[in-house]
Order: sequence, then C-alpha cells, then structure tokens
Amino acid sequence: MESILQITSVSKHFGGFTALNGVNLQVGAGERLGLIGPNGSGKTTLINCISGALVNEAGDIHFKGEHISKLPAYQRTRRGIARSFQIPRPFRSMTVLENLLVPLSYVRGISGKEADEIAEEILSGMGLAPKILSECSQLSQVELRKLELARAMAAKPDLLISDEAMAGLAGAEIDEVLAILLSLNDQGITIIMIEHIMQAVMSFSQRVVCLDAGQIICEGTPNEVVANEYVQRAYLGD
Amino acid sequence: MRFWTVSLLVVLSVIGIALSDANNYFFFAGFVVLQAVVLASAWNILGGYAGYVNFGVPAFVGAGAYTALSLHLSFEAPLVIQILAGAIFSGAVGFLVGLLTVRLRGIFFSIATVSLVFIFETLVMNSSFLGGATGHQLTRPSDIPFFDTYTRYLVVVMVVLAVISVAAARFIQDSFVGRGLRAVRDSEEAAECSGVPTLKLKLLACSVSGALLGAAGAPMPMYLSYIEPASTFNLLYAVSALAMPIIGGMSHWIGPVIGALILATLQQIVTVTISSEMNVLVVGVLLVFFVVVAPDGILGLIKRWKASSK
Repeated sequence: MESILQITSVSKHFGGFTALNGVNLQVGAGERLGLIGPNGSGKTTLINCISGALVNEAGDIHFKGEHISKLPAYQRTRRGIARSFQIPRPFRSMTVLENLLVPLSYVRGISGKEADEIAEEILSGMGLAPKILSECSQLSQVELRKLELARAMAAKPDLLISDEAMAGLAGAEIDEVLAILLSLNDQGITIIMIEHIMQAVMSFSQRVVCLDAGQIICEGTPNEVVANEYVQRAYLGD
Repeated sequence: MRFWTVSLLVVLSVIGIALSDANNYFFFAGFVVLQAVVLASAWNILGGYAGYVNFGVPAFVGAGAYTALSLHLSFEAPLVIQILAGAIFSGAVGFLVGLLTVRLRGIFFSIATVSLVFIFETLVMNSSFLGGATGHQLTRPSDIPFFDTYTRYLVVVMVVLAVISVAAARFIQDSFVGRGLRAVRDSEEAAECSGVPTLKLKLLACSVSGALLGAAGAPMPMYLSYIEPASTFNLLYAVSALAMPIIGGMSHWIGPVIGALILATLQQIVTVTISSEMNVLVVGVLLVFFVVVAPDGILGLIKRWKASSK
C-alpha cells in the first residue's frame, strides 16, 4: 500500500509535559487506521500536529510526499487533510448549508449554484438533507457530528481525521456514523479514526495504533492490539 | 442596484439640502450623525463580522485626524488628500495591530487595542508640531466651491464617506471574505481547518476597518477648526462605535447604520435640549437595555417578531 502520510520522530511538549515523544507512523493511501490510547496519551495532540492546529517541535510530517510540518492548518486542508473535532464546532451563525460553503469556497474555489448543489449532495449522503436550511442550534448531537463530517468532506480530502465522532452517541447513532465513515473510505478516502468506543474501532479499522504517554506502544490488526499486554496495561493498569 | 440607487438619492438629497438656506446647526449635527454611520460600519467589519472587539477606535480616529492636521500644516493639502492620507495611515496602523495581536483573542485583543489609544495620545501630547496638550487652532479655507459655509461642504464629504463605508461593509458581508470572517468569529480553529486563512482575513479586516475609522477622523480638525488630544482620543468614541452595531444588530450591514442613526440623532437631540453630558448617559442606558433585552439588536427583534407572526 502506497504511503499517504509519513510521521517521523514527531515530538511535542507543553511546558514540562511531554505530549508526544518521537512518534513514527506511516498511513497507507485508502487505509482505515484506528488510533487508540487512554486519556492524555497524545492522540488529539498527534492529530492536531497532522492537521496543523499545533506545530510539532521536532520531527517531520510528510503528506503525499510533501513536507507539511511548517504549513499553517488552512494550507494543509487545501492539500487534502480534513478533520472533525472531538467537541463539534459548527459555524453557529450559519445554516447547515452555509457551513459547507466555507470549505467549498476557500478550499475548492467553488461558489454560487454549483457550490449549493455539491453541498446538497454531501448533506444528502450524510442524511442531513431535511436540515439543509436549519440553524446549527436546531441540530441534535448526532446531526452535529454528521455536520462535522460533511464540512470536512466539502474540502474534498484525501485524508480524513475523525476525532471521536461517536462520543456521546447511542447504539443506532454509532452504527449510522460508522456506516458513513465506511462509505467515505469506499470512495478512496484514507481515514484516521480516534475513538474510545472499542467496538467501533475494532469493526472499522484495518490497523490499530495504540499510544500511551506520547509514544506508540503497539500497532497491528485490531485483534493483535487487543491481545497486546502493553495495551491492556495502559488501559487497565498493572 | 437598489443599494446604489438609494445611496445616490441620499447623497443628492444631502447636496440639495446643503445648497439650500437651512439652519447651519442642522449641518453641524448632520456631520456627527453621518460620522457615526462611518464609525459604526467600520467597527462592525472587525467587531461584528470577525468577532474581534476593537476598543481602540479613538486611536484610529485620532490617527486620521492628526494625519490630516500634519498635511494641512505642512502643505495646506486639500481635504480629499487629507482624508486619503488619514485612511492610509490608519489602515496601516490597523494592519500592524493585526500583526502584533495575532495570537490575542477576546478580552486580550480588546485590551491591546485600548492601549493603543493611550500610546497615540501620549505621542501627540509630546509633539509640539501637532500642538501638544493645548492643541491647534485652524483656519478653514475661505474658498469653498458651491457651498455657503465649510460645514455644509464637510457634511457632503461625510455623506460620501458614509456611503463608501456602508458599501465596503456590505461588499465584505456578501463576499466569501464575509463568510470567512463569520467562520472566524464562530470558531477560529474550525475555520482554519476549513481552509480559511484566518490571519490574512484578520489583517484585512483590521486594515479596512482602521482605514475607514481614520477617514472618519480626518475631517475632524476642519469641522471643529480646532484639535486637541483629550477630546480627539476620547474613549466615548470606542463606546459609541461598539454601542451602535449592538443597538442596530451586528449580523447585517444595515444594523450598524440603524444603530448609528438612532443613537447619534438621539445624542444630538439630548445635547441640544438637555446637556452634552446627558448624551453619554443615553449611550449607557441604551447599551445596557439592548444587551439585556435584545442582544441581537433591532434586527434581532425584527427577526423574532417575523418568526412569531408566522
């Protein structure tokens, strides 16, 4: 599998706290990667470094062969990295449709009727077509999660980072979001999924990477990772 | 098209009234009301659209006024040149403020901008060329084309500036820049991750807003025939510029226009009928009233009324 993302010896500190300590990771094009680890293990810091929300102090990040460590977040989005947020951050002063028009105009340079049509198509795929003109304040939790994914998709990414897109959702809603992510992957989009719901990670991921204390402690197939003693210790303690 | 037709009608009406024999006080007050429209529209570009609350309005207004004074003292430059220079200088100040406050948001940005007022006031107070603390008395040019008094000419200039600033606010709101600024206001991180160049947009908003505020301040020395730092850098400008969009509504370009027309007119009426001190009270009372009762301003009230009547 050809590599789309290469992370080499990436480190990040917050004062005296080491959030990432020499992380090395390769993600293949079209891969479904699950990123797990206990709270504070560095998962969100790692995806913040990939998306550009944070700048890594050491190491390099290459995306599609290009060195992107020094690029601001909006440039990375324009190069094909999109993400959703752990706590949904919709543009609350805008309608659902307008939320998608932002990446459509800024990333893809599309506006007017064409942008409206593309946005409608994406929202339909997410099951949000009836809410297209709704204010974000009228959306339920699962709809906000879908809007996050839809807005990310409007940027036409090659790599989608889903940061706990299922947090706080009920069983059927989890299946709904999972189905959306699988269908996006079927379209050729590489997906990195951060999730605490293990059932979802295991059924979704082709490969799972476990972080603890800013370091990768294990990677492999879902079954291999679950059986790993370091992973069990990280989650359950000694 | 309708916007430009209405704008043209407003400008022509003001020119018509300025050429009539109406009472001179009408123009003296009209200048202040029109200047308020410029200030409110300019402030709203950064404060309303992007959510960066600028408390440094007097610094930008003063920078425009003192740039105009400098050109008048040095070259006796015509008013249009003074306004252009004031706008360019204040726009550059806005750009620098944007650069220096790149990581500041919320109250920290506001504090940084208010400190600019004290820096500029101190600089002017210590400049003998600009008149220091005592200020400068000015003689207005005697030859005014078409108009009987210089104040009438200034009102026409100010109505053109008002149309320019409202048109700029409207253009920004309706363009992709406006959508980007709204995204920045709602969530800067999400905006950046949606491809919005947040820093560039912030610099653009700071520069345009600063330039318009400077343009509004540039005719001040000629309007008063006098300029001194204490009143030029008065923080009441900052409170009024913030109050007017809040009263009218910050979500649409027309909101600051409505707020400016209501507040500035009311202030003029109170100044004439009661006292000039009372107009400060009017700002305070209206600001508190709208923040508590109608935080989305008059536009929000209209929206709510329309929604409830459906």
